[in-house]
Amino acid sequence: MHRYISSTKKEQEEMLKSIGASSIEDLFSDIPEDLKFKGELQVGEPLSELELRNKLGKLAKKNQSDLVCFLGAGAYDRFIPGVINHMALRQEFFTAYTPYQPEVSQGTLTGIFEFQTMISSLTGMDVTNASLYDGPTATGEAVSMACDQARRDKIVVSATLGEDLIKVIKTNCEVKDIEVIVAPMKDGVTDIEATKELMTKEVAGLVVKSPNFFGIIEDLDELEKVAHSDKKSLFIVNTDPISLGILKKPGDCGADIVVGEGQSLGIPLSYGGPYLGFFSTTKKLVRKIPGRIVGLTEDNDGNRGLVLTLQAREQHIRRYKATSNICSNQGLIMLMATIYMSLMGKEGIKEVANQTVQKAHYAYKKLTEGGKFKPLFPDKPFFQEFALKADVDIKKLNEKLLENGILGGYELGKDYKEYENGVLICVTEKRTKEEIDELARIMEAI
Amino acid sequence: MYNDYNKMIFEISTEGRKGYSLPALDVEESNLDDLIPSNLLGDGESKLPEVSEFDVVRHYTNLSLLNHGVDKGFYPLGSCTMKYNPKLNEDMARLEGFVNIHPLQPESTVQGALELIYDLDMKLSEIAGFARTTTQPAAGANGEFTGLMLINAYHKKNGEDKKRTKIIVPDSAHGTNPSSAYVAGYEIVEVKSNEDGSVNVDSLKEVIAENEGEIAGLMLTNPSTLGLFEKSISEITKLVHDAGGLNYYDGANMNAIMGKVRPGEMGFDVMHYNLHKTMSTPHGGGGPGAGPVGVREDLVEFLPVPVIEKGEDGYFLDYDRPNTIGRLKGFHGHFGVNVKAYSYISTLGGAGLREASETAVLNANYMMNKLKDKYNLPMDQVCKHEFVLGGIKDTSTGITTLDIAKRILDFGYHPPTVYFPLIVNEALMIEPTESESRETLDAFIDTLNQIADEAISKPEYLKSAPHNTPVGRLNEAKAAKDLILTYPFED
Amino acid sequence: MSKIVEGLYYSEDHDWVKVEGGVATIGITDEAQHQLGEIVYVELPEEDDELSAGDVYGVVESVKAASDSHSPVSGKVVEINEELDDNPGALNEDPYGNWIVKVELSDESEVEKLMDAKKYEEFCAK
Repeated sequence: MHRYISSTKKEQEEMLKSIGASSIEDLFSDIPEDLKFKGELQVGEPLSELELRNKLGKLAKKNQSDLVCFLGAGAYDRFIPGVINHMALRQEFFTAYTPYQPEVSQGTLTGIFEFQTMISSLTGMDVTNASLYDGPTATGEAVSMACDQARRDKIVVSATLGEDLIKVIKTNCEVKDIEVIVAPMKDGVTDIEATKELMTKEVAGLVVKSPNFFGIIEDLDELEKVAHSDKKSLFIVNTDPISLGILKKPGDCGADIVVGEGQSLGIPLSYGGPYLGFFSTTKKLVRKIPGRIVGLTEDNDGNRGLVLTLQAREQHIRRYKATSNICSNQGLIMLMATIYMSLMGKEGIKEVANQTVQKAHYAYKKLTEGGKFKPLFPDKPFFQEFALKADVDIKKLNEKLLENGILGGYELGKDYKEYENGVLICVTEKRTKEEIDELARIMEAI
Repeated sequence: MYNDYNKMIFEISTEGRKGYSLPALDVEESNLDDLIPSNLLGDGESKLPEVSEFDVVRHYTNLSLLNHGVDKGFYPLGSCTMKYNPKLNEDMARLEGFVNIHPLQPESTVQGALELIYDLDMKLSEIAGFARTTTQPAAGANGEFTGLMLINAYHKKNGEDKKRTKIIVPDSAHGTNPSSAYVAGYEIVEVKSNEDGSVNVDSLKEVIAENEGEIAGLMLTNPSTLGLFEKSISEITKLVHDAGGLNYYDGANMNAIMGKVRPGEMGFDVMHYNLHKTMSTPHGGGGPGAGPVGVREDLVEFLPVPVIEKGEDGYFLDYDRPNTIGRLKGFHGHFGVNVKAYSYISTLGGAGLREASETAVLNANYMMNKLKDKYNLPMDQVCKHEFVLGGIKDTSTGITTLDIAKRILDFGYHPPTVYFPLIVNEALMIEPTESESRETLDAFIDTLNQIADEAISKPEYLKSAPHNTPVGRLNEAKAAKDLILTYPFED
Repeated sequence: MSKIVEGLYYSEDHDWVKVEGGVATIGITDEAQHQLGEIVYVELPEEDDELSAGDVYGVVESVKAASDSHSPVSGKVVEINEELDDNPGALNEDPYGNWIVKVELSDESEVEKLMDAKKYEEFCAK
């Protein structure tokens, strides 16, 4: 028997005997003979632990994981305190399932409740759910919720969400017959005047991102007025939780729904996942919220306790009328983010945000002072990413950087013909002055 | 057994405490409002706690001890496949070369990751008998949504998407099936189940006749939600095919059939896996899961982008697919979870996977036979990896399945899934998995039989169970009415 | 046995309807509140919403279930019982004493298609 199976052949024979079966095959007699799979699955010979470690070790080494990262565009290389992994590896957290039995799940439930509280505080909103798959799908859910709430089937999204995020929203909307209208951008920010024109009576809401795809901080106060020019239309803001250490909270700007990618909160890059979507909204809209949510209550002795609540909205009760088909949350990833926020705390989140802004601005100054690289969107306020342009082939530039162990910025030409020579540089608190100087030296020399 | 820790991180917060360390800023610091206009800046206030690193470690360690997990004890939660989550997989997913790579790195710098995803696609496709499998979907429900969009894309290509607007779902199906179909823009048509949870073929024929030309597909799990193999499966899938629809396989119960029968050979066209069930990746207290979707050859063109392909210069991300359903989520799916599933499949090999399914089925049948004296067994026949009991036989004292489930907690076990499927009264759905030893199964059987006796001898004690857990039965109505969803700070 | 009140009209969805001066007052029956269990929330329509018979105008939610409320009649919503926002349990305590919505009937004859107390009693007994 394989080592993951805790019985021997002899024990299995005794068990069969107790059932009254003569062989394992008897237990599969209900499968019609013509359907039975007769061969052996061709998935490779079973590997011992040592063989597997060698095999995956080799595969892992084929990846370049020691690059100095100036690439962002939705996934960020940040400092991750070591405590997080140790806590996440506690079996009580990672081998448990959804807290269906709250009496033996208060650990998981408390983690979720703390997460809901911390994210609500950062976004400036009343309530937050127990997390969704990732930032883009959370944005898609926000669009669905807005359309459901307003009973309308059009949504306006700003072009500054970036191409990939808009694509995810479109994929989610297409089958639901929701029309996605892209509001144009001007100089790297949402074109407010043009957006106003699009906000007709059929539109369920306006979706913006700040800091936006180009790293620029949008004027949420102005955009809120546009979004709410109609009574039923909702204002949906996608944001970066780290930026909220210093930026004005979307909730304070009148947002109805705030979503975003939580990977920055202590989650490794891990080639794109698993990450973490967060979803916050107002008390008024709480019953429309997708996914799981935890609430405070008492047990039969009056002790404080937590349970999954508002479950009547969910698929296992409401079936097709549920607010969303989602059954899970990002459990362990959400817990890691909660531990990150606890470690950083009120001051740490500000310091990470501040260091990020300071270093990004240092890099911006450093990279533009030579004159070879010019800002693509001059004089726009940014958080950790900024777009530059130059008369160089950005692909070649990035190849050159790679030779020097540097992962260069996002090639804007991939998504935008008009920014063929544009590159989006990302600088987090993890980059050092030395690394930034080296980046500048190579870029200047190209 | 459990501790009675009952604190939240906000309650151990003390002004001025610090749990992080960052290097000193090594560039010249400017005033923030010289960098960013002050109308865009916040006040920096938040309710994040102020705690030391050790405060954090002790708090979350104590919280963890309030949980029940698979490593600690038996977790026979039906339909969730709570098998052993090998430690080796965790080590592999944390290899520097997998953890520290950016999803937008040039393909040439992530060949190992791409090879792993491609090879996992091949392995999963082989196990279920399909042509290709996308590992992009984030979880089972996300996989269902993807699969339904693929079905839609298929009909669209044939110019029939506007009239094929209905998905058939058995009334015994898990709620996620109709919910996903609805979210994907479909109308749901229910087909009746027989008493044993199988599809009523006559009802299916009627439904198909009533909705002629409008059926986009059928969603089904096999073994059924009662843990029984659908004997008429070939007839069912053929009826749907003949009506122009496609068959969607919900892979929730895949742990029963690996190496024994393949969905692709039962007439299914699309399926999703739950890697967190079948392929041993941890459930993580609710996630992250992963829900890869396998398809037959003629549906490959619709798969979400990017598809990972093998070219002359190595592996690459293929975005150039005109008939794709588009981009499903950010980046390339739950890569970290996929590494764990890949490790699992590679560790077991073909023979090991078959052995896992065979043992899972053996364990379920063994338990079922030893429990049917004191518990109702609505379907007394060979089961697959799980079985459903209909509460205790002697209900004279008014003890319900909920009372039994709560009493099970006192013995250090997680209870089975309760009140699902809905077609069995007082349902207790038990899935032991292949991981458990005979001693564990025997001990649990003894406990359940003891509880059945207690139901008669001390019913009041059961009605107020659990007694040995960190908190007692919780008032769900109060939670739903009060709606306290964030920590009630005093100020 | 659930309580049924004489003089009201009843729908198969277990709503009761009382008609006075062209306005229908609508609530849920004792049977409905029994089936739902402890009610934790009532989603109300907005005033001036136009309803056709059979339209969903709200949701009554308990811990274990959420039931759509279908309007048994057609017309315009003229009043909603906002007290249910704070005390949804009122529907459990006194289902006939607490109403959900008042609708100005566009077609009074529709009411005749509903059941009377006797018929509803037979309907519940089925």
